[in-house]
Amino acid sequence: MKKVLLLVLSLLAFPLSAGVEYHQFDDPNKEQAYQNLISELRCLVCQNQTIADSNADLAKDLRQQVYEMLQQGKSQQDVVDFMTQRYGDFVMYRPAFTLKTGLLWLGPSAFLLIGVITVFMLARNKKAKAQITLDKQQQTRLNDILQKGEED
Amino acid sequence: MFKLKFLLPLILFIVLAIFLAIGLSLNPKDIPSPLIDKPAPAFSLPILATPDKNLSTQDLKGRVWLLNVWASWCVSCRQEHPLLLELAKLNLVTIVGLNYKDEAPAANSWLQQLGNPYTVSIMDKDGRVGIDYGVYGVPETFVIDKRGVIRYKHTGPVMPGDIEQIFLPLVQKLNQEPA
Repeated sequence: MKKVLLLVLSLLAFPLSAGVEYHQFDDPNKEQAYQNLISELRCLVCQNQTIADSNADLAKDLRQQVYEMLQQGKSQQDVVDFMTQRYGDFVMYRPAFTLKTGLLWLGPSAFLLIGVITVFMLARNKKAKAQITLDKQQQTRLNDILQKGEED
Repeated sequence: MFKLKFLLPLILFIVLAIFLAIGLSLNPKDIPSPLIDKPAPAFSLPILATPDKNLSTQDLKGRVWLLNVWASWCVSCRQEHPLLLELAKLNLVTIVGLNYKDEAPAANSWLQQLGNPYTVSIMDKDGRVGIDYGVYGVPETFVIDKRGVIRYKHTGPVMPGDIEQIFLPLVQKLNQEPA
């Protein structure tokens, strides 16, 4: 039983051991910046992975590039600019808000807004239809029925 | 008024279907390059045939040139290779080969076996120039004008018909522009 458990656990541990190369940082801030950047940059070879997750050759090169730029004292923004100048907005998982990416950012909220407005208008329409006005004759009949009911 | 209300879902469905159809027919690998109409990133790299000499972007000023990114390990480079050979025969444009992350002996024997369409090939062993050009899928082909501005980028192998329909008309147009 113990052996089986050990086997299962070691199988689960596999993704960790298949991780990426190690970069040495002296400055913990730089290391944090490195981690932030590589989990924000898209690997263009395998488009649904960040360069932190990808084992593609290009991802490795880009990690090296990020590492070197940070070691040279470049800021996170410098690295982001460097990448978008070469690979376009698509390289960022969360691209900067520009005229081109505006639809991407505002689209979902716009659709939500349209949905809310539609529901609101439909509800109001129904409510308006539900309020039926009675004429005098109908009103007296209604009152009669209600009174009768109370007497019973 | 009544009719419009019932037609609306149908109209919405058609609009949605059109958008999805467009989305399906697009190639997700075809990412627009931000480098179009920007100066080609400068490089100075050793020439494959004569590694003690370098070729730089400065040497190419004043002529229209193609930068074709290739490697001996790249499978789809073989696919476009005959088309590049045909283009080279026409002698209309300088074709610079960027030998990307490759070993010189392997690259040389590849050219010997399959023929050499390149006016000159340069070695980008660590892929740095590749990063500068935003290369993410070899092969890629850039068209650069006389002033050193990137005018077109083709991602993936050049397909039959691309030379006649895209590259030749563009090169002819650029050749007529003043330097």
